[in-house]
Amino acid sequence: MPGPKRRRHCGENCCMLKRIKPGQRAKIRCHHAKGAVRQRLLDLGFVPETEVEVIRKAPLGDPIECYVANYKVALRNSEADLIEVECD
Amino acid sequence: MNETPEAGPKKLLVGLAGQQNAGKSTTFNMLTGANQHIANYPGVTVDKKTGYYRHREIRVELVDLPGTYSLTSFSLEERVARDFLISEKPDVITNVVDASSLKRSLYFTFQVLEMGFPVVVALNMMDVAKRNGTHVDVAALEHCLGVSVIPTIGRKRQGKTELRDAILDTANRKAYNPLRISYEELEPALNSLKNQLDKCKLAEDYPTRWLAVKLLEGDSEAERIVGEHLGEDCKELKTAAGVRRDFEEKHYMNVPDYMVGCRDRLATEIIGTCVTETKEGRDRVSETIDKIVLNRFAAPFFLIATVFVIYQLSIVKGYELTVYWWPILAKLRAMIAGVLPAAGILEDPYIRSMGLWMVDSANALLNYIPIFLILFSLIAILEDSGYMARIAFILDKLFHSFGLHGQSTLPYILGGVFAGGCAVPGVMATKGIPDERSRMATILTVPYMNCLAKIPFYTLLINVFFAPYKSWAMLFLSTVTIFVALLVAKLLTATLLKSMETAPFVMELPKYHPPTLFGVGQRAIERTWQYIKKVGSIVMAVSICVFTLLQFPGISDEKQAHFDGEITKAVAMFQNKIAKTQYADRFKDEAALVSMINLYNDFKSARLITKGAKSSKALSAKFKAGYPEQFKFLKPKKDKDAKTVNKALRGLLSTRKSLRRQIKEAQIETSVLGMVGRSLEPVTQWAGFNWKINVAILSSFAARESSVATIGVLYQQGADENKSLEDRMEAEAGEGGFSPLHALAIMVFFALYPPCLATTIMIKVQTGSYKWMVFSMIFPTTLGFITACLIYTGGSAFNLSGIQMMGVFYAAVVLTAVCSGLFSSWKRKPGPLPDLRQEPKPL
Repeated sequence: MPGPKRRRHCGENCCMLKRIKPGQRAKIRCHHAKGAVRQRLLDLGFVPETEVEVIRKAPLGDPIECYVANYKVALRNSEADLIEVECD
Repeated sequence: MNETPEAGPKKLLVGLAGQQNAGKSTTFNMLTGANQHIANYPGVTVDKKTGYYRHREIRVELVDLPGTYSLTSFSLEERVARDFLISEKPDVITNVVDASSLKRSLYFTFQVLEMGFPVVVALNMMDVAKRNGTHVDVAALEHCLGVSVIPTIGRKRQGKTELRDAILDTANRKAYNPLRISYEELEPALNSLKNQLDKCKLAEDYPTRWLAVKLLEGDSEAERIVGEHLGEDCKELKTAAGVRRDFEEKHYMNVPDYMVGCRDRLATEIIGTCVTETKEGRDRVSETIDKIVLNRFAAPFFLIATVFVIYQLSIVKGYELTVYWWPILAKLRAMIAGVLPAAGILEDPYIRSMGLWMVDSANALLNYIPIFLILFSLIAILEDSGYMARIAFILDKLFHSFGLHGQSTLPYILGGVFAGGCAVPGVMATKGIPDERSRMATILTVPYMNCLAKIPFYTLLINVFFAPYKSWAMLFLSTVTIFVALLVAKLLTATLLKSMETAPFVMELPKYHPPTLFGVGQRAIERTWQYIKKVGSIVMAVSICVFTLLQFPGISDEKQAHFDGEITKAVAMFQNKIAKTQYADRFKDEAALVSMINLYNDFKSARLITKGAKSSKALSAKFKAGYPEQFKFLKPKKDKDAKTVNKALRGLLSTRKSLRRQIKEAQIETSVLGMVGRSLEPVTQWAGFNWKINVAILSSFAARESSVATIGVLYQQGADENKSLEDRMEAEAGEGGFSPLHALAIMVFFALYPPCLATTIMIKVQTGSYKWMVFSMIFPTTLGFITACLIYTGGSAFNLSGIQMMGVFYAAVVLTAVCSGLFSSWKRKPGPLPDLRQEPKPL
């Protein structure tokens, strides 16, 4: 199964984008989403190896606003929870 | 370049493609001007905008493709755009690219290039890019992409001629050598797959390299195409699957990710050569605005302020404008009334009454045009400036708790969150919601908002029954509907709509732009025009039906004879009164009398809509010139006999008016609609509705406005003493035991009652199914009726007054809404749900 192989690719020091605090940056490693969600994230610039900055959370805590590939994107926590990023 | 245009085709088909927010529609408008029309793509509800222009003697048909981020097959818009490209094979694709975020735009450009079409890149928003300190080397970009790149500023119409030139040149160009995206290690596999496909018949219809790329990526649409032409288990599909499997094993990376990486590297490389950033960092202006506007504490304040300003400017100020607008409509009515056959002494010819009925129904809706122009302009400003996306961002969590979407905000505002809106543009605006389930839920709940046409009915009932609590009652009605809409959305998404496709909320927050007058004006006029078209077609047709149902089968002969007798008496009395004057003989003839009556009425209604001494003098002069003989009876001066005639005439007119009303009431009572209203009484009594209310509700289906008019006819005792409708209803309420509780039940029913016919037609258009249209009529009626029964029967059982019951009902609805909202966000809370975290599969 490809599952374990995938893990090899995302080593230690990684977490989900959702865990990144506002004002912090992180580098995208890979997507755990597939199909339409994955495509949408890629289209909007959430491409592996790209740097993302979490700008702020919405007043009600969800969605979050990110700065990626030179512009701003809002995405829900549920999607941010499918993007694996490098963090220290 | 030197080629003469004559050498090329005489007519060109050009597709305009690009991502959302790249300025595609401004470019479209720049190229085509006003010459455009909107239709649907076959079989789907996606708008197809087509425009024409002539350039260097060649006629160009420009088709605006849906704005999508890419050309995969995941969303309806993307599929529509792709199908258009494949089946229509445009001569040139004009790719609108946002210069201020070039990298992301390039992903899209790559996909168009991959499909093998001749491409012209319109590098739009050069001004924004410049402001942000982004310098794009156009010549270098042209060199990298191998296609013409034209810098444009669509909003300022800069680069129009250059773009038009480039489109023609590209169409005529013989040698065209665009960039080919290299997939590095996958190239050998890709080439062999392409060669395999080249040998099939498919190669005639589809670009084979694109097909090969898509097959390797595992694109479902490409697989379907190949499967259909070559069979589900053809060797091409197996080859693609094999390549993916081998690659995965060798590189520990799946093919789609690798291909994305290749494209990304290429885009980075191009950006590296063509773009220089002079300013570090991001757009400071947008940043600063966002810091204030999206601040946790300030955000709700700005949001409420915005909605309040919209309400004040459009509804309150717009309503003031109707004071000036209404006389124009009234003049129109008078003009039409003049053309129609004249009124009879007691009964009018059918053509006349039907014609006037139609004009009245249309005018009731057209009266709101100033309001809509202001409302739609303000909303266009919100959209163009970029704040609308922020509203969606702020409210998404709230809406999401009820199965809706952040982008449900716009339809709700259009539908009338506060008070006043129209469900038709509201339902239309749901088009932008990417999530199918939320979109359906929004479509089905927008009609619960308080459209402008519900307001007069509310005002009437509130003035009669809740006079001491006017503002409370209005607040109750305008907010309780939002809670009900949210609850219904929750219910529908949890049950009927559960299996529908959902999409992630991934939304760009565009930079703030100052909106342009042209862009805002055009959008406002376009939306208002759509509203007028609704009045022109559907409401007209339905108003005829309702008119017929309210007229036939007509009153009994017995009653007819009674009314005939009454009017004969009145005429005799009139003759008696004027017998001694010198004009006695003049009105012996009935035709002369009727024409005098009509003239008098014309004069009266003309005077009602003229203002100021000057114009009223002019009016008198006009009538005097037109009817020198009769004018003295209209405005008798010193002539004593004429005064007598005038007085007698007024007496006759008032009797005639009251008789005509009685006939109308009798007619409605015995009409088809009246009978239906009566036969429903045994059921509707549980909600406290009598037959008069039933008829008003039934007739309001055509357009809500007519309900007040119908009630006005039905409650007419005392109308002749110039009592207002409020007083008349109140007087009858005392007799019939009509209480505030009744009124509350009716108002709530009216708030939840099905959308008017025009809205249901729009629901059909937007959902593409008659099933949903029928559902949108039956469900709210049932819901409204049950609620009204609960209020009326429940309130009576506990002996609650109208205002008490209002409080109880409000508390119940709000509590349920809050609980269900909290429950669903609590349910989503506990961390990452395991079923969401699907492992990426190589296939």
